[in-house]
Amino acid sequence: MKKVYSRPRSLKETHFHYCPGCGHAIVNRLLAEVVDEMDLRDTAICVAPAGCGMLVYNYFDIDTLESAHGRGAAVATGIKRVRPENLVFSYQGDGDLAAIGTAESFHAANRGELITVIFVNNGVYGMTGGQMAPTTVIDQVTTTTPGGRASDQAGHPVRMCEVLAVLDGTSYLERVAVNKPAAIVAAKKAIIKAFQHQLNRTGFSMVEVLSPCPTNWKMGPIEACKWIDDVMTKHFPLGVVKEVKC
Amino acid sequence: MKRLMSGNAAAGEAAVLAGCTCYFGYPITPQNELTEYMAKRIPEIGGVFIQSESEIAAINMVLGASVAGARAMTSSSGPGISLKQEGISYLAADELPAVILNMVRGGPGMGNISPAQSDYLQATRGGGHGDYRTIVLAPSSVQEIADLMPLAFDLAEKYRNPVVVLGDGMLGQMMEPVSFDHITRGETYPKDYILTGAKGRASRMVRSLLFDVKEEEEHNWKLSRKYQRIEQNEVRYETYLIEDAKMVVVAYGTSARIAKGAIARLRQENLKVGMIRPVTLWPFPAKIIQEAAKQIPDFFVFEMSAGQLIEDVRLALEGKGHVHFYGRPGGIIPTPVELYRIISRHYYQAERSRKS
Repeated sequence: MKKVYSRPRSLKETHFHYCPGCGHAIVNRLLAEVVDEMDLRDTAICVAPAGCGMLVYNYFDIDTLESAHGRGAAVATGIKRVRPENLVFSYQGDGDLAAIGTAESFHAANRGELITVIFVNNGVYGMTGGQMAPTTVIDQVTTTTPGGRASDQAGHPVRMCEVLAVLDGTSYLERVAVNKPAAIVAAKKAIIKAFQHQLNRTGFSMVEVLSPCPTNWKMGPIEACKWIDDVMTKHFPLGVVKEVKC
Repeated sequence: MKRLMSGNAAAGEAAVLAGCTCYFGYPITPQNELTEYMAKRIPEIGGVFIQSESEIAAINMVLGASVAGARAMTSSSGPGISLKQEGISYLAADELPAVILNMVRGGPGMGNISPAQSDYLQATRGGGHGDYRTIVLAPSSVQEIADLMPLAFDLAEKYRNPVVVLGDGMLGQMMEPVSFDHITRGETYPKDYILTGAKGRASRMVRSLLFDVKEEEEHNWKLSRKYQRIEQNEVRYETYLIEDAKMVVVAYGTSARIAKGAIARLRQENLKVGMIRPVTLWPFPAKIIQEAAKQIPDFFVFEMSAGQLIEDVRLALEGKGHVHFYGRPGGIIPTPVELYRIISRHYYQAERSRKS
């Protein structure tokens, strides 16, 4: 009998700790599948963030460094410059990448660092209990925007792919989602493409993944997946934001 | 052969000769000559130079380069060193080697760009969050900056711990003849912790998050045992004319040089003053001060701050001896004559009180 589905080599044999319906587990698995399929496990180095994605090193069976909150792109820069032959990617959430780590992300992108950022955007600070993130959409209720995010008081959701697209150092920026099978297939393709841009030394690459957080959105998992389509993608349109010839 | 160089440039050259291949920095006076030197020098050896977007980014690039196996350093001054404390705490927690050079300026806040020694406590008490220490080396001449750089990299790798080289604006910017003839790449230490990709071995993770409090406590005790080994093995100091001394000056770096000038004048007048100059500020040379206190009743702490080194001298003395103090904070560089006058006054007063 042909085996059509199994645990990727680059994932450890352990259970995910993520909440039911969380998108992180899907993104973790996609990354492990891509690392396996592109035969990159021997050279891959992952930089883990602070936040829900922090514990990826419990799941990835590849070399991993835990970065301080927001500093993933700077740490990955140090690693990649010393080891240009390795595949170096950082795994970061929205608060990590687009609030506390904005400077590090922006300037790594501007220098065209040959790293890949996997940016998991779920619109909230998950690990700390659901506070407003830079990507929280207008009117979204969080623990620090109890009346919904009001732009006059709390600003607007940050579209990082579009922000980084204006920088000459970036070569591949795509926004995907992991809320339904077709989207997950597209997400995997985007990760493959981003890694190809790094391997071809084209420039900085990032895949932004819209990811459900039922726990902090106070929704059921199915409702959360639907909310990505109905609300989140209106603020964060899916698709390739920038792609230079690879 | 000797070359006339600023302390900042000499630090850079010595670092390269000591095997440093990665430099990350952000402009701040009075240490810019080092960043500029490295911008030219590092590419010559095929290394990595990045002018970072901030001091926070620089220290995190150092962390990345270090975990990738390279000898890496950064440099800054007061305000920038404050920003680096986050990364230094992570380096200590992750047990990663790194060298951080601080050419101290007047503070707090923006302060000014004149030489000061007001970052002593920040450097010797860890500086960032959590229970950790950094080894702190305090050169007092351009030549000693060059001499201590290879030691800084060796100690960082030997103990897998960040090492701070604590200078000041004067040491950084003054030019002196300096020889690099004896400076080489030091020891080679096993690097079985670095990240290279998991080819042919189990994957590694380098982290400081330990949710399990028992694990975190054990990690803290492990670090603590390491710090005890450093305290046992790595204390360095210089003694100067203490054999017959009635009063001993305790001073480091630029202050120690000023004190030597003052002591020369005091000795001309037959005042028996000597000096203990800590070269490692942490681990602190407490034992030699305790030893000296058996014979010598008076200790004179001199520093370019409002009183930071004095805390360690008091701790070392454990209530023994009399502690005198003269400090000039804010970027003032006292002259040897000024210090000579102050010390002689204290010397005579101490002599009178001993007699009465």
